[in-house]
Amino acid sequence: MTTEFERLKFRLDAGHMSRREFLGRASALGLSAAAASVLPKSAMAGEPIKGGHLKIATGNGASTDTLDPAYNANDATFLAHRHCGETLLNVTPSSDLEHRLAEEFASKDNVTWQFKIRKGVEFHNGKPVTAEDVLKTIERHSDEKSKSGARGLLTDIDRLSADGDTFKVTLKSPNADFAYYMADFHLVIQPNGGKDDPATGIAAGPYIVEANQPGVRYAFKKFPNYWDSNIGHVAESEVLVINDATARNGALQSGRVHMINLVDPKVADLLKGKPGISIKNVSGRGHYTFPMHVDTSPFDNEDLRMALKLAIDRDEMVDKILRGFGSVGNDMPVNASYPLFDTSIPQRRYDPEQAAAFYKKSGHDGTPIVLRTADSAFPGAVEAAQLFQQSAAKAGIPIEVRREPSDGYDTQVWNKQPFCASYWGGRPTQDQMYSTVYLSTAAWNDTRFKNADFDRFLMAARSELDPAKRKKNYSEMGLILRDKGGVIVPVFNDWIDAVSDKVGGFVPDPNWGLMNNMAGLKCWLVA
Amino acid sequence: MSFIVKLVAQRMALGILLLFAVSVLIFAGTQILPGDIAQAILGQSATPESLANLREQLGLNDPAYIRYFHWLGGVLTGDLGTAMSSGQDIATSIKGRLWNTLFLAFWAAVVAVPLAIILGLIAVRYRNGWVDKLISGLALASTSFPEFFIGYVLVYFFAVKWQIFPGISTVYDGMPFGERIQAIALPATALTLVVLAHMMRMTRAAILNVMQSAYVETAELKGLSAFNVIRKHAFPNAIAPIINVVMLNLAYLIVGVVVVEVIFVYPGMGQYLVDHVTKRDVPVVQAVGLIFAAVYISLNIIADIAAIVANPRLRHPK
Repeated sequence: MTTEFERLKFRLDAGHMSRREFLGRASALGLSAAAASVLPKSAMAGEPIKGGHLKIATGNGASTDTLDPAYNANDATFLAHRHCGETLLNVTPSSDLEHRLAEEFASKDNVTWQFKIRKGVEFHNGKPVTAEDVLKTIERHSDEKSKSGARGLLTDIDRLSADGDTFKVTLKSPNADFAYYMADFHLVIQPNGGKDDPATGIAAGPYIVEANQPGVRYAFKKFPNYWDSNIGHVAESEVLVINDATARNGALQSGRVHMINLVDPKVADLLKGKPGISIKNVSGRGHYTFPMHVDTSPFDNEDLRMALKLAIDRDEMVDKILRGFGSVGNDMPVNASYPLFDTSIPQRRYDPEQAAAFYKKSGHDGTPIVLRTADSAFPGAVEAAQLFQQSAAKAGIPIEVRREPSDGYDTQVWNKQPFCASYWGGRPTQDQMYSTVYLSTAAWNDTRFKNADFDRFLMAARSELDPAKRKKNYSEMGLILRDKGGVIVPVFNDWIDAVSDKVGGFVPDPNWGLMNNMAGLKCWLVA
Repeated sequence: MSFIVKLVAQRMALGILLLFAVSVLIFAGTQILPGDIAQAILGQSATPESLANLREQLGLNDPAYIRYFHWLGGVLTGDLGTAMSSGQDIATSIKGRLWNTLFLAFWAAVVAVPLAIILGLIAVRYRNGWVDKLISGLALASTSFPEFFIGYVLVYFFAVKWQIFPGISTVYDGMPFGERIQAIALPATALTLVVLAHMMRMTRAAILNVMQSAYVETAELKGLSAFNVIRKHAFPNAIAPIINVVMLNLAYLIVGVVVVEVIFVYPGMGQYLVDHVTKRDVPVVQAVGLIFAAVYISLNIIADIAAIVANPRLRHPK
């Protein structure tokens, strides 16, 4: 037990483990008192300190951004909305649901869902948050003409109603995960659902928008009437958009900002050695993919797909592309950070001999298989494709790497060409991840995968009330996709943030970087 | 005098004609960009229905020439339209960005132009000596390094190591003037280093050229000091090519600084343009392109006119 404790302590010191995780595991060993005594001073959770001016630098912002939550699509606007807006529910780091504007929710049959809206909560314009506002918000996002990024989640809604402080949703078919949809970051509750002017930033979050300069900066000050005293510690928070990774590092190192996101794995190790800065990484649900169109030659051959899956060296990719900041994938889009994940599914490894055998069996004519890639597919996508080419060559499988321009890659190559490099950010539940990409009718079926058994398991899991049975279903689906599907998932990448030691309360969250982008609300400044 | 008025009018008319040609080119260019604005706006979270809805709303289904004339009509009446991606008024958002760009370009030019010319004069005065070689060597070295390298070196020393100037130059409305100047110190320095050598070398070459002439020899023979020969006789006759290269570099400072803007997070026109190209936000790209073209053309007209005015032979054509 002591060695296990030493190992935990080592992992904590090395920064591979969060303080919370450490305490949790140590107390599982019955060692919480001992654990508390080895926690480094900076990690000692003092009481949150109120006040101060926090500065966050983020990448991925653009001057084309808007504060309309329907278009919420990048880190900068997501961060901004976490400051000024609030959703009905939130997904916690352990994938449970946390009550935010909904103080209760329930469903007896997975078809009718009731959300009781918290009383005494105000919008920034002084109006109370009512079930009617919630209804209008969901109505706006689910409207047929809506351009909301969350519209795909809401197509199954049959009827919405508001009764007193209760908001009711009736679905066309059962969905056990529907409550998770209400935690989607597009579904920020706005006065009158944002139907008057959606881009004002007036919502019910802990911070009021003071300055809104898309692609430059967002400034916030504390909303004095915010209902929850547990979050929103700093008096002022500022989000600076710094898209250049080196400039972001520079800003943190020179003390101009307190935290940065999207740290390049290559520099994460270098930053680690700097005094006053710590790297916070957590394995997330985002994953790199090589989707193959299973209806297009030569990828319509299951043996060839298996040969390619076996010919990729996943460990090498974690090592060289992610520099250890990630974990190997198993050719399915979910991993252990999802609820109801079956960890007993065997991990696929690089096996050039078996790959060669499958390749021979497939009867492929030996012409090079074209793999398209671009720098924008995911960080290191060009190098990853080259590594794939080399590991496949050892199995006698010829791959030709074709580099495409980053500009327009998402519209011209991804989901159009039969084999390319791509990326998925992950979803809160297995159902959402599978139904967004791998269901026969999925809007973004980037592997053209259509499997009746797979679809049946997914639908059955939606109406199933027993978690054990749902888990069984998801396990079957994972296996089908892993063995018959068209996607190669070599790695899951970590979220990597870098944080100054002037910041207290930072606990990484697998849902997204910067504590699911709530670092500005949950952290505080230590003197 | 009437000759000058006629000249200016002629050049302006040519410039406007050129602008129209450029507007057609810009429009054609934006049409052949691959990809689709609706897809770019919604990203991976979009669905086919929401894409169709957005395309419909943005009028992307009209033919290209209708959209061109529609846009041109708007521009001529001072209406640049609204950005497709964010729904903001383009003229309003460009105003702030353009002001920022001009502010940075102005201060970079205030430092760079006199410095380049003075260094050029000094180099001529001590030509082929070690001073000349040192000046030329340093200026060429600073120009040869890519802008991002100079930027990162400046950030590393002045922002991270010594913490004299901020490494990020975010400026905003209502920022005090002093802070604003401090914020742009590093990007302005980087830009100065980038444009310095071109102007300095041109000044040196132009004056050296004149120094071969008979009247300079005469000036020397009548006993003027070396510096006075350059100041009174060589420089005025070399001014036309110098103005040309200065204007070229001023244009560069306004339209070509996107790399420096990105490194220093400066909210200028370059970053604004790149963001909107990525999002296929055609109205903004066209508006910015047109402004850049106008800047380029007008600076070139100024250079042209100044060169003619500075040259008596061109001023009084026979």
